Amino acid sequence: MKMKTLIVAGFAAAMLASTAQAKTLVYCSEGSPEGFDPALYTSGTTFDASSRSVYSGLVQFKLGTTEVIPDLAESWSVSDDGLEYTFKLRSGVKFQTTDNFTPSRDMNADDVIFSFDRQMNAENPYNSYVEGASWEYFAAMSMPDLIKSIEKVDDMTVKFVLNRAEAPFIANLAMDFASIMSKEYADKLAEGGNKSDLNQAPVGTGPFQLVAYQKDAVIRYKANPDYYAGKQAIDDLVFAITTDNSVRQQKLLAGECHVMPYPNPADVQSLKDNPDITVMEQEGLNVGYLAYNTQVAPFDNAKVRKALNMAINKKAILDVVFQGAGQAAKNPIPPTMWSYDDAIQDDPYDPDAAKAMLEEAGAGGLSMKVWAMPVQRPYNPNARRMAELIQEDFAKIGVTVEIVSYEWGEYLDRSKATDRDGAVLLGWTGDNGDPDNFLAVLLGCDAVGGSNRAQWCNEEFNDLIQKAKAGTQEERAALYMKAQEVFKREAPWATIAHSVVHVPMRNNVKGYVMDPLGGHSFEGVDIEE
Amino acid sequence: MLSFILKRIGLLIPTFIGITIVAFGFVRVLPGDPVLLMAGERGLTDERYNMLLKQFGYDRPIWQQYFDYLGGILSGDFGHSLVTKKPVLTEFFALFPATVELALCAIIFAIAVGIPAGIVAATRRGSFLDQTIMGTALVGYSMPIFWWGLLLIIVFSGWLGWTPVSGRISLLYFFEPVTGFMLIDSLLSGQKGAFISAASHLILPSIVLATIPLAVIARQTRSAMLEVLGEDYVRTAKAKGLSPRRVVGVHALRNAMIPVITVIGLMVGTLLAGAILTETIFSWPGIGKWMVDSITRRDYPVVQSGLLLIAAVVMIVNLLVDMTYGLINPRIRHD
Repeated sequence: MKMKTLIVAGFAAAMLASTAQAKTLVYCSEGSPEGFDPALYTSGTTFDASSRSVYSGLVQFKLGTTEVIPDLAESWSVSDDGLEYTFKLRSGVKFQTTDNFTPSRDMNADDVIFSFDRQMNAENPYNSYVEGASWEYFAAMSMPDLIKSIEKVDDMTVKFVLNRAEAPFIANLAMDFASIMSKEYADKLAEGGNKSDLNQAPVGTGPFQLVAYQKDAVIRYKANPDYYAGKQAIDDLVFAITTDNSVRQQKLLAGECHVMPYPNPADVQSLKDNPDITVMEQEGLNVGYLAYNTQVAPFDNAKVRKALNMAINKKAILDVVFQGAGQAAKNPIPPTMWSYDDAIQDDPYDPDAAKAMLEEAGAGGLSMKVWAMPVQRPYNPNARRMAELIQEDFAKIGVTVEIVSYEWGEYLDRSKATDRDGAVLLGWTGDNGDPDNFLAVLLGCDAVGGSNRAQWCNEEFNDLIQKAKAGTQEERAALYMKAQEVFKREAPWATIAHSVVHVPMRNNVKGYVMDPLGGHSFEGVDIEE
Repeated sequence: MLSFILKRIGLLIPTFIGITIVAFGFVRVLPGDPVLLMAGERGLTDERYNMLLKQFGYDRPIWQQYFDYLGGILSGDFGHSLVTKKPVLTEFFALFPATVELALCAIIFAIAVGIPAGIVAATRRGSFLDQTIMGTALVGYSMPIFWWGLLLIIVFSGWLGWTPVSGRISLLYFFEPVTGFMLIDSLLSGQKGAFISAASHLILPSIVLATIPLAVIARQTRSAMLEVLGEDYVRTAKAKGLSPRRVVGVHALRNAMIPVITVIGLMVGTLLAGAILTETIFSWPGIGKWMVDSITRRDYPVVQSGLLLIAAVVMIVNLLVDMTYGLINPRIRHD
């Protein structure tokens, strides 16, 4: 009997060992990708599943930072006038071999040109290769106005010619929409009349390649054996799509997945207390704010805005609305971003001084509207609650607040009006890690009536950010720091919070690095047996 | 029978057209513009907004959009999702088997437990057992489904570790779907343990989805049985000296089943509605979750065509239910 047990146990152990050879990392992702062509979409969920696993770009963000480093381009140079960017491509980079494609050549300039041409040239056969194709991010980053032409210098050299100098351009090329596709694969699909497969059966040069996707259920990848930086330590990567955050957490605890994104803030402490789980945390690349309408009296007076800012109890907001998963904001850019000015003093919370200041400015007993967003965002998990806290804070200095809200699309649209009545709660999540992407987009004069919800056009500030569009990073950082001073003095917004992002994982996951841009990338991750 | 079926199918046509109008109107009455939502905080220029509106065809008069939509459906084109850019019909058929599998398991469970529970309650009317069953049914009927699902996950998957947390099958098993029904596909795959894994993944979601139907079926069975048990023929059967089991199981049950089957037929709509919550909790890749996601994104083509397809399913099932009455009770055969 004992002998028999031993044999069975030995057999079972041998079985386990043989199945344990393939290392599989399971990631409980929060939603389904919209598709696998990252240039067609704007959501992080789609990028995690496509650009961050399957594809590479000319340049990339160094993992864990917003610094731009080489990827498929070995090196690049910028002309003195800032109008020409020349990229030298890495040689010997292979596109992935999949069930329906075997590359016959290495990655070259044709692939790079194809990847951008399809987004900017209406004549390109891939410009509208799926019903309703629109190149959202390419347009949002003003690339159609910015890029004059893309030229093939030789097989391994590509030159981008711009219409104007724009230093953030290089950071834009590290974004997901700038993923490099195989022209050879696209041509083959077009020949067979299967163009839409480019969005369903991706072929890239990244660390993982797609094996199968079952809609709303599971995405399977395997390590790309030909990856130019070497094959990954894990053999298989699986995204188990689990939309509810409590259920994701249960799956992580039960060992059904190794890593999960976006835990419920209220559960973070219990996860931290669990001996099997490690919780990584980092400030998100975002900012939540209350934007006054600086074109309407009395909010055209900086003193009034400043007084209101001093009445907001940010600590209470962080405790109640963010449940600890947030950090008070004093600048319009988040602390993980280069040029962040940590020397700036935040407005003190002082209702008495605020009340006196408001009366001095002739706005005592003010009545105003505060707009509360109807949706949850990383930079504001509960805008309604936040608005109520602000309402209480303002009541203490004699300001009566009426809270208003609209359906999300409507909210975004109506809040753009320059004659808008009331201050708007909103926020922003960075796209490319460049301060220009916050300061120019949200506070520049060009954006008044658009994404500049404070309708604030300050000449001094605007000159600084315009100048900062060119030059070295050091020169630019100095200008942005000055701009942050002007911002603080003029107070077009009450800066409220930056979220803190948590990624809980099982202890045996090694080498995971948090991405300040909010992505989830599994390059370099291993599982300890 | 044939003329009955033809008549019923004839009636379906105006209903179907009515549903196209409601589905089309419903998504447009919802506040929110799909183009603005797609752009989010990033926003877009007026020029680009108008371009996208035109590209999606939303710049045209509303009646023209409706007739294009209707014309498309008649020629089998249900439109493309604004989000995934894929044909709506392809997405529907990729997800529908998962919902059907879950709904079937749930309804089988609800019938298997609900009818016996109802019979027991009826035959022991007024007893402690009757009160317990009816009390439990009332609790089941008023159960907040989302909370109930999470509670079951925490207890059975978290604490006890008996069932998997979510999904349709363990990630260890991997095969291409053939029928879309995981129970069948897992058997076809020939992989050892796949079927058991698929079945174990069905347990909790089926229980959750079955909760409300089970309660309704149990209550309906009880009241139908009580009515029938008071009939003369039941008394006659008893008087003949038939065993109580035969009286209840053959004579009473068969007659009591008519209202119960009607309720089960109507339950199809409830099951599809319940699937929205159950599928969301258990990450079940079915049409319920798909509709919720599409409504929040104002994915017009998916919502209007998805509603239509779901309505068509409900109508067909109700037609089938009507036809089964004849099989159960010859008095209502449709000659």
